[in-house]
Amino acid sequence: MTVISSTKDVDKLTLTFVAEFDAPVERVWRVWSDPRKLERWWGPPTWPATFERYEFQPGGQVRYFMTGPDGEKAHGWWTITAVEAPHRLEFDDGFADDKGEPVDPKDITHGVVTLEATGSGTRMTTVSTFVSAEQLERMAAMGMEEGMREGMGQIDALLKE
Amino acid sequence: MVVGSLSGADTDRVFHALADATRRDILIRVIRSGQSVSELARLYPMSFAAVQKHVAVLERAALVSKTRRGREQIVNGEVGALRRVSLLLDAYEEIWRQRVEQISAILDEE
Repeated sequence: MTVISSTKDVDKLTLTFVAEFDAPVERVWRVWSDPRKLERWWGPPTWPATFERYEFQPGGQVRYFMTGPDGEKAHGWWTITAVEAPHRLEFDDGFADDKGEPVDPKDITHGVVTLEATGSGTRMTTVSTFVSAEQLERMAAMGMEEGMREGMGQIDALLKE
Repeated sequence: MVVGSLSGADTDRVFHALADATRRDILIRVIRSGQSVSELARLYPMSFAAVQKHVAVLERAALVSKTRRGREQIVNGEVGALRRVSLLLDAYEEIWRQRVEQISAILDEE
């Protein structure tokens, strides 16, 4: 069972997402620490992820790609900035080019993951902070249905007029 | 499985509202300038009531608001820069919602 709450901070470009799992902290930690588990959930269902490089330690480099419905690939990278097993993970997440290398090392989403034991399982809090609305838009695009993407594109064009 | 959600219903309303081409068209028009429901109804090959229903869906998603001008109801777009960021955060939230469901499935099978 998973109970979810989420909080948006429009000014700070931050999303805080809280979920609870019926599993001990150590097991939830493994869905982050084990790249074979991570790649089963990181990408949206239509964009499964493959992690090619996974250095799970502070300063560690991560390279991955997600494969879309038409076989197209979207590359991404992380730099892991903090690991405190099994309670805390922090990383910078950005877009990568076709060779898997960062397009712009400053154009990142910073992620902070916290795991806490509850009476019956684990509470996972993820805080995602974006550097700009444009970056948020590119990150969010994958969560949008076709109609939403189209609508957002039209809204953007209007706001730029 | 997701059993509880604070803002999921809002997100669903926005997704649902934008999923339809007529509603997107109405939204774009009223963001440019407010229009009455009868002005909008003339633009589409459907009944006044059908257009009214589309407007109501947009209104429930808080993408438009209605004001009165004499006997007319004027539909106004409610999508400024901050609202746009808010919608993008909603879409990003949807990604996390899916991720958490997938994590749950992995934990359940162990």
